[in-house]
Amino acid sequence: MAHINVPEGVPGIRSLVMFRPETGKPLYELAQVLLRGESPLSEAERELIAAYVSNRNDTMFCMMSHAAASRHFYGDDKNIVDDVLKDMPQSGVSDKLKALLHIAGKVQILGKEVTPEDIEEARKHGANDREIHDTVLIAATFCMFNRYVDGLASFTPTEPEIYEEMGKRMAKGYKAPNPEGEEIRH
Amino acid sequence: MAFINLENDLPGIRGPMAYSPETGKALNELAEILLHDDNNTLTRGEREMIGAYVSSENNCFFCHNVHGAMAQHYFECDTQLIDDIKKNYQSAPIPDKLKALLSIAGSVQKGGKYVTTQQIEDAKSFGATDKEIHDTVLIAAAFCMFNRYVDGLNTWAPQDRQVYIDRAKMRAEDGYANMNLNK
Repeated sequence: MAHINVPEGVPGIRSLVMFRPETGKPLYELAQVLLRGESPLSEAERELIAAYVSNRNDTMFCMMSHAAASRHFYGDDKNIVDDVLKDMPQSGVSDKLKALLHIAGKVQILGKEVTPEDIEEARKHGANDREIHDTVLIAATFCMFNRYVDGLASFTPTEPEIYEEMGKRMAKGYKAPNPEGEEIRH
Repeated sequence: MAFINLENDLPGIRGPMAYSPETGKALNELAEILLHDDNNTLTRGEREMIGAYVSSENNCFFCHNVHGAMAQHYFECDTQLIDDIKKNYQSAPIPDKLKALLSIAGSVQKGGKYVTTQQIEDAKSFGATDKEIHDTVLIAAAFCMFNRYVDGLNTWAPQDRQVYIDRAKMRAEDGYANMNLNK
């Protein structure tokens, strides 16, 4: 049960945003701009960074939902998502994405962990300033979302099918739930 | 020097916010509601203090000085008290409720799962409401983001702490939403 009195049966961050829509609005705007807005990184790659960081933070709700969104965008190549979550360095993603995920992993520990060498390695594989910026901010943002979801002990469904549906919905864009109530998807 | 060319010389988070205005706008809107909006039973000073404490735990010089100076401005106290709270809030002369909330914020800083039911019960026993606990957790979580954004891109920060104190009054008046990053 959640630490505070949020709507029952509503999973993860949605329950928190229904409890406090005023903060929910900028949170969903941030997710929309970062994960669906303009970026040289694909939506699949950005969702993968989000899932990777959430996995390192051991936040099942965010990891499962953003992995599902990433799989949706990768389409026929969707197995890449689980390969990265299992063993990133051995996975089949490009060297550039590996270098960016490595930076995201450093950010997950703490901002100061990122070294000039980490940045140089990403540049060597073709990463530009914008890609590095977006990687750092996505990783930082999920260090917030993960703590928000876990810090209030929000409801985490365990059924994979629920996340698959969630991933499809997330692919269409991030829109804050109606605070008056929403259809509960079970 | 920052790891990427931010195309401006602004210090701390203002650099990447000017580089990426769309994300900057959402970040500042979040800061406005969490820290500056008056529709809140936690005072602005208490909320800034939570941000400053988490930033200090994350060793983020820019953020802990900006928000420490903000708390100092609202508390109308000296820098010593702010530094004492950052260093050891348990022995600082502050209300038990704020201590309980800072304890929750400290757990969030380590990871969301570190928050215990006992900590929540303690905060409630000192009068904290659900919304106050919610905002404490989200402020702490948000600073785990802000701090990583600032340090992960290796932005520069003024080293003279007085700079932050001198700017606090202006920020308290202007707030965070639609911030003029160049001011």
